[in-house]
Amino acid sequence: MQDQEQLHPPAAQPFEGGFSRRAFLRGSGAAAAASALATGQGLAEAQEKTKPKVTSGKGISTIQLTVNGKNYSAQVETRTTLIEVLRYQLKLTGCKPVSNDGVSGASTVWVDGKLVSASTTLALACVKKKIQTVESLGGSKPDPVATAFVHNDAMQCGFCTPGFVVAVRAFLDKNPKATEEQIRAGLNGNICRCGTYANVIQAALEVVKGGK
Amino acid sequence: MAEYSWPSQGSTALIGKDHDRTDGIEKATGAAKYAYDQAPEKMLFAKILGCPHAHCRVLKIDTSAAEKVRGVVHVAVMKKWEDDKGNKLVPEVRWQGDHLACVAAESEAAAALGVAAIKVEYEMLDVFVKEEDLEAAKTAERTEEGRADVQLAAEPGEEVDEDEFADQEFSRLFKEAAVVVEGEYGIQPITHMCLEPHGSTLYWEDDKLIVYHSTQNVSGAGGNFAEILGITRGDVEIRCDFVGGGFGSKFAADPWSATAAEISKATGRPVKMMLDRDLELKIAGNRPSGFIKVKLGADQEGVVTVWDSVHWGTGGAKGGGVSKDNFPYVFNPPNRRRKQIGIVTNADPDRAWRAPNHPQACAITQTAYDDIAAKLGIDSYDVFRRNLDSVSPKKAGISMAGTYLEQMEIAAKLIDWKAKWHPHGKGEADGSIVTGLGMAIHTWGGGGHPSKCTVKVHPDGGVETSLGSQDIGTGTRTAIGMVVAETFGLPLSAVKVHIGSSKYPESGPSGGSTTIGGVCESNRRASQDALEKLMALVAKKLKVDAGNLEAKGGRIQEKDNTDNGLSWKDACSLLGMKPLEVNGTYARGKEESPLSSSQVGGVQMAEVAVDRETGVIKMKTFVAVQDMGLVVNPKTAKSQIYGAVIMGIAYALFEERIMDGETGAFLNCELTDYKLPRLGDVGEIVVHLHEPESEYKRGVVGLGEPPVISPGAAISNAVANALGIRVPVLPLTPKRVLDAIEKGGKA
Repeated sequence: MQDQEQLHPPAAQPFEGGFSRRAFLRGSGAAAAASALATGQGLAEAQEKTKPKVTSGKGISTIQLTVNGKNYSAQVETRTTLIEVLRYQLKLTGCKPVSNDGVSGASTVWVDGKLVSASTTLALACVKKKIQTVESLGGSKPDPVATAFVHNDAMQCGFCTPGFVVAVRAFLDKNPKATEEQIRAGLNGNICRCGTYANVIQAALEVVKGGK
Repeated sequence: MAEYSWPSQGSTALIGKDHDRTDGIEKATGAAKYAYDQAPEKMLFAKILGCPHAHCRVLKIDTSAAEKVRGVVHVAVMKKWEDDKGNKLVPEVRWQGDHLACVAAESEAAAALGVAAIKVEYEMLDVFVKEEDLEAAKTAERTEEGRADVQLAAEPGEEVDEDEFADQEFSRLFKEAAVVVEGEYGIQPITHMCLEPHGSTLYWEDDKLIVYHSTQNVSGAGGNFAEILGITRGDVEIRCDFVGGGFGSKFAADPWSATAAEISKATGRPVKMMLDRDLELKIAGNRPSGFIKVKLGADQEGVVTVWDSVHWGTGGAKGGGVSKDNFPYVFNPPNRRRKQIGIVTNADPDRAWRAPNHPQACAITQTAYDDIAAKLGIDSYDVFRRNLDSVSPKKAGISMAGTYLEQMEIAAKLIDWKAKWHPHGKGEADGSIVTGLGMAIHTWGGGGHPSKCTVKVHPDGGVETSLGSQDIGTGTRTAIGMVVAETFGLPLSAVKVHIGSSKYPESGPSGGSTTIGGVCESNRRASQDALEKLMALVAKKLKVDAGNLEAKGGRIQEKDNTDNGLSWKDACSLLGMKPLEVNGTYARGKEESPLSSSQVGGVQMAEVAVDRETGVIKMKTFVAVQDMGLVVNPKTAKSQIYGAVIMGIAYALFEERIMDGETGAFLNCELTDYKLPRLGDVGEIVVHLHEPESEYKRGVVGLGEPPVISPGAAISNAVANALGIRVPVLPLTPKRVLDAIEKGGKA
């Protein structure tokens, strides 16, 4: 436990949330900075300051992550991204690796209540933070946003859909009475190739109407 | 055997009514598992080295450093260095990104470092990618010229040189035409940009290969793997419960997945091989470009009498381009000459992109038709209407011109065409903003592909159907369930639908708008046959004529005495111990089927706002009217049309592949740079399913392709109507709009 805390890049900034592409780019910037620190010379300097203990010869440490209210341990390197851990160690595959730069919005998750792209967030930066994925909106009683997506058929191939569901949930949490105009202006962080935008707008409006 | 048929329109319990897709909640909450999501124990991550150069010879590949990278387990070279006789080969690369080697490692990061450590020696060769520049292509000797195809109303006399006669006729016809338009139009190449990239997660169970493959071709892709790997098709099982986009690019095994299978065999470990985004754009599918130089003449009513065109474009390294057979698109004027020139470029060979050839043909020819309206100063609607007599597509038993006219009237009402219309460039400006209307019309064949299925009715009343089909986003599972449930008089939830495995009966690939037609054919047939068998048992038990029985509301009962019947469950208990298993088969083209048909029409209209100062175009309203025979599930059918229109908006206004003219590098191969519309960019879209009884009676046709065809021309025509100037090449980016304004519409 001690090791992993010290490996956590000390200069990593809290990630900014939000729903616009710009916010994602800001988020990516923060992650890129963390990445530079973790993999490049920056890390050596940072480690010099905090005098970390060497973990193992292979550079792999065990960390604890809190995801959807449950605690998990994960084996990570400094370069391991959150999406890799979620998908291949915790088998939470709702966040999708559409592009490494995070601009598609398909890997959107919450970290401490703010939206980030799991593709551009290092796993080590999420220790001691609350991670919430789209899977938390499923189960036997799905979130009204998920059911509104189904009812309005706001999906085709479905690969972008979980990221979109998270984005809409987060947007409506902040803007529960959003108008159609606000929805059209505020949900531009996700790309859908099949062209489900028209249905997503209807799904979001249905949730607003239902007051959920 | 039963007479196969659909219930009459309006008498159905499920078909034709909106149903949520049955796998919707899995997709919405991340529970749906794609090929990319599979993570078998001890899985390796594979990445490929794509060639950085667009045209070169590969002299040497040194993988020794890559093999030493921490975490790298296996490195495979993908090019052949020797022929079968042991002679040395020097592989030639003809497009950027072409696969050279594959690295499998313990993590994605290690695989990426391994790829970076591979050392390659190249010999550079000349590059050509300037496909829009016909003269440059000729100079570079990259053109493939075909013979012009000529159709003339007048016959040449005997012993007259046909080419000379044609020249004279075209010259006479243009002189006699009331109006002549000469123009150049074009459309740039785009990629498929599947959000789930091409690839697989795969492993071997003894000598059998299990492939979770991202595919549109569950029943067929296994044969492709077997062929490459030199094993039998029976030893490959394809699994694909969900696929993250295909659009025509995901039918094959692909070399990188086959290499992953070899690595899996060599290492004894499962391998995940999914393309990175840049390679997905570079090597996993694109749509050919099309550029045209055309002269057309019309009478004063705008009826086109003569068409003379040369067009060129490319399908990349294999040449080709857009087929001339669709020029001018949908219309067939009495006098027509068309010549196609293919260009060979250093780009990845094209793959089928939703409605191959049609969107480009529509975008670069129906724009020319609209310019006839502009030149005559008459309503574009009237020009399209007056040319309907010459439309070439045919529907069995229904006038295609009549279909288009009905659809035009509906679309015009929905967009309020008459009230909003103004002659080209003559609308009122609001500051620098001008608005305009445009339209286009399209067609597609569709129909059903060959499909087999097995419907099982269990003695406890359970019903399931299995077939080697796939759901590429269409809502295939739901449509299949609806057809079986409708036939048995059951609720949709009573039917379990199994697709997504090549172990099930063979069903066609999802391409060309043939899936819904095919799977409805096989499932309706099997269900009707199963019901007939079940009814025979019920008739015996109730001592009635089986011909008087119906399956309705969860019962099998007498039609005119509905109290006399059995619940579905009681009826099924008559089966005894074993389930009733019935196969359904549809073989396309063998006979006219009452269950499916082909050929559709569609009309689309666009209203746009253009800012003359910035060149930015905003979608206001888009109307799509579409027939598709019998509509199985209107909810998912409408989604397909919304989606097609949005893909159309994408290629009309936003997306294009941009290459460096000197090096052939694909410059915008990441999502940050490859521009696609976002939710706020699509305006209001209005969809109308055109399903009069005459359409319903044709049976199922299929819908994937047709609505993606017209948006390019409709939007370009709307922009031309707004500005009074044609922006000749799609996508209509702000720069192209401003350039066109600066030139004042002159080429």
